[in-house]
Amino acid sequence: MVTIEINGRPFEAEPGEMLLQTLRRAGVQVPTLCHLEGLLPSGACRMCVVEIEGQRGLIPSCAYPVTQPTKVRTHSARAVLARRTIVELLVANHPDDCLYCTRNQDCQLQDLVQQLGVRQRRYAGEKSRHIMDMSSPSIVREPSKCVLCGKCVRVCEEVQGVGCIDFIGRGSRSKIGTAFDDGLNVSGCINCGQCVVVCPTGALAERSHIPEVLAALRDPRKRVVVQHAPAVSVTVGEAFGLPVGADVAGAMTGALRRLGFDRVFDTSFTADLTIMEEASELVHRLQNGGRLPMLTSCSPGWIKFVETSYPESIGNLSTCKSPQQMMGAVIKSYFANREQIDPHDIYSVSIMPCTAKKFEAARPEMMRHGVADIDAVLTTRELVQLLHMHGLDLAEVPAENADTPFGERTTAGKLFGASGGVMEAAIRTAHWMVTGRELEAFTVDAVRGMDGVKQASVNVDGLTLNVAVVSGLGNACRLLDQIRDGRSDLHFIEVMTCPGGCVAGGGQPFGADVDAVRRRMQGLYELDRQESVRTSHNNASVKRLYDEFLGQPLSHTSHELLHTHYVPRDALA
Amino acid sequence: MIVVLPETTPEPDLESILAEYPLARRESLIPLLQEVQEHHGYLSRPAIVRIGQHLDLPTSKIYGVATFYNQFRFQPQGRYHVQVCRGTACHVKGSAAVFEAIKRELKIDAGQTSRDRMFSLEVVACIGACGLAPVICINDVFHASVTPQSVIKILDSYRKKAAKHDDQAA
Ligand code: SF4
Ligand code: SF4
Ligand code: SF4
Ligand code: FES
Ligand code: FES
Repeated sequence: MVTIEINGRPFEAEPGEMLLQTLRRAGVQVPTLCHLEGLLPSGACRMCVVEIEGQRGLIPSCAYPVTQPTKVRTHSARAVLARRTIVELLVANHPDDCLYCTRNQDCQLQDLVQQLGVRQRRYAGEKSRHIMDMSSPSIVREPSKCVLCGKCVRVCEEVQGVGCIDFIGRGSRSKIGTAFDDGLNVSGCINCGQCVVVCPTGALAERSHIPEVLAALRDPRKRVVVQHAPAVSVTVGEAFGLPVGADVAGAMTGALRRLGFDRVFDTSFTADLTIMEEASELVHRLQNGGRLPMLTSCSPGWIKFVETSYPESIGNLSTCKSPQQMMGAVIKSYFANREQIDPHDIYSVSIMPCTAKKFEAARPEMMRHGVADIDAVLTTRELVQLLHMHGLDLAEVPAENADTPFGERTTAGKLFGASGGVMEAAIRTAHWMVTGRELEAFTVDAVRGMDGVKQASVNVDGLTLNVAVVSGLGNACRLLDQIRDGRSDLHFIEVMTCPGGCVAGGGQPFGADVDAVRRRMQGLYELDRQESVRTSHNNASVKRLYDEFLGQPLSHTSHELLHTHYVPRDALA
Repeated sequence: MIVVLPETTPEPDLESILAEYPLARRESLIPLLQEVQEHHGYLSRPAIVRIGQHLDLPTSKIYGVATFYNQFRFQPQGRYHVQVCRGTACHVKGSAAVFEAIKRELKIDAGQTSRDRMFSLEVVACIGACGLAPVICINDVFHASVTPQSVIKILDSYRKKAAKHDDQAA
């Protein structure tokens, strides 16, 4: 331990840790723009500067390792003035679009202007006027609002292993763009939205589907149904002052009915259905010498990544559609039939923690006879906006139950929201399918938590099932490379595109707050601890769906509706 | 990471240039780009993609680095390659106005090539002819003491030259 003095008070620092970390633990707030937790500091923005005794210049605290006792002043007149000047320079060419901006009141740049008391434009630069990039089905880029902090570039390359955006040009013309300054849609972008959640400004946002959804809700000919993904109910409460990680599925269901949705379904129901199909597929591959390791297929960013960068592994992907798409498919077949509605008259909305789900829903493979499984996808953030727009406060709306026939879920389906959850749910059901018995202990601790790479071995009647769980595609890349180089011990691998799984998805609240992600995860584990139905094969509604409609897992109807195929793609990474 | 090649294949001698840089990494990027440009006159899309694969770097990174430096072009040179000196002596003698006049006349910016492929434009540092400032250089021919007015006439003379040449050829 090193004792340092922070603003005149002693504090114990870990030797070698970055000063910024120490300051945060000490409860001292120093603003940052380019800092990203878990990655090497870039020192680009200098927002985090402090005065350190014995050092002449101001020092960026995010890139200063604490090694010896020293005195730090975080808010000296000089440090505060330096920060204010940086902000004044950043906004000198800013479009000042706050009133119409997606980030209005949730913008780091705006916060800094406010905190540092910038009240007039001392530096007038030429307004930055880069054209917007609306080419992507998931992400809208507005480079004129960019402050060139570089976080999107680093996340895309270092966390996701994609690297489809970078700084291009130089000097006053430099901006963030793709190879050849093309649209994001023709780049290697996998639509994950991790760049969006780390962006401090409105330079990156999701492609909103709110207008389409509102139009459908107002259209008397449409039956508008909605589903919500497992991670959403443990997240959306945050925007209404409820505890982080609290499950507000009931209030959210009530609110969605008040918004005018005809039916509210739970995507965790089709997560259970996915497990029935996927565990059957795994058992089938294991027993018939099928291609292994099997790779999960519910994360659409990951799917596009394999199609683009690892096409030789397409055969390892499970053919199961994602829970969102399975729900879409059974809504416009079984449900339409049961309710005597023409599938053309159903407008099917999903609420997802994810921007890539917008891309997935638009894939041509996700259509049958010209009817899309899913018509619109809203992110968690868009849901919050929609609720605000209609004066609905989740802290006030009484809880209601989801609708039959797709409203019942088990905690296994709910676990899909956290990295490792699909694996845990699949192990529970695969064990039952092979042995006819339930596991003695359902919880597989080794696959829980925030680690980017997790492994476990499970004994299924004498056979050892080796599994791995990775999240963040950089980790997936490394694992796929090992497999390409001959690693052969693994049978089944769960891959989630976003680090930590859907609870950290690209459609979740801005800021990529790791602590909040952990608590959302805990929220899901808590449900699994409290409730009694913890295995997908014990979901009574799923059983009924098989009895009345699908037959059994991997049946002809299942294949037609619930499975898909993938195509190698050309893209410039 | 692996990137699937787009359909167009790069110029044949790109591979031989790459072969001179086996096991190349990030450090080799700039020299490699320079050499490719020297041979091809510019950096084509397929070449940029192929260089990315060779160095195991994302294409966006190659493009980002290449656009950082003024020396790289992304369009083939025109029939006449116009270099405008922006060195100090030329600047003092009014090269900025000359540059503006050329841009207006050709409707292109530095690094670009006119639609008819007749002219391409490049800004260069001092070309060692300060006594003749401001200087422009077209296909290695120097034009001294140019003005925003005279430069239009010069460009026109090249257009005429091209037309005449094409007539004779026909
Ligand atoms: S990015 Fe922030 S500061 Fe800029 S216009 Fe939007 S809200 Fe305002
Ligand atoms: S959405 Fe994901 S892949 Fe696309 S640019 Fe952003 S971080 Fe990169
Ligand atoms: S787009 Fe956002 S994250 Fe990327 S550099 Fe600009 S401000 Fe930073
Ligand atoms: S946050 Fe420290 S330099 Fe940007
Ligand atoms: S400055 Fe133009 S030739 Fe030297």
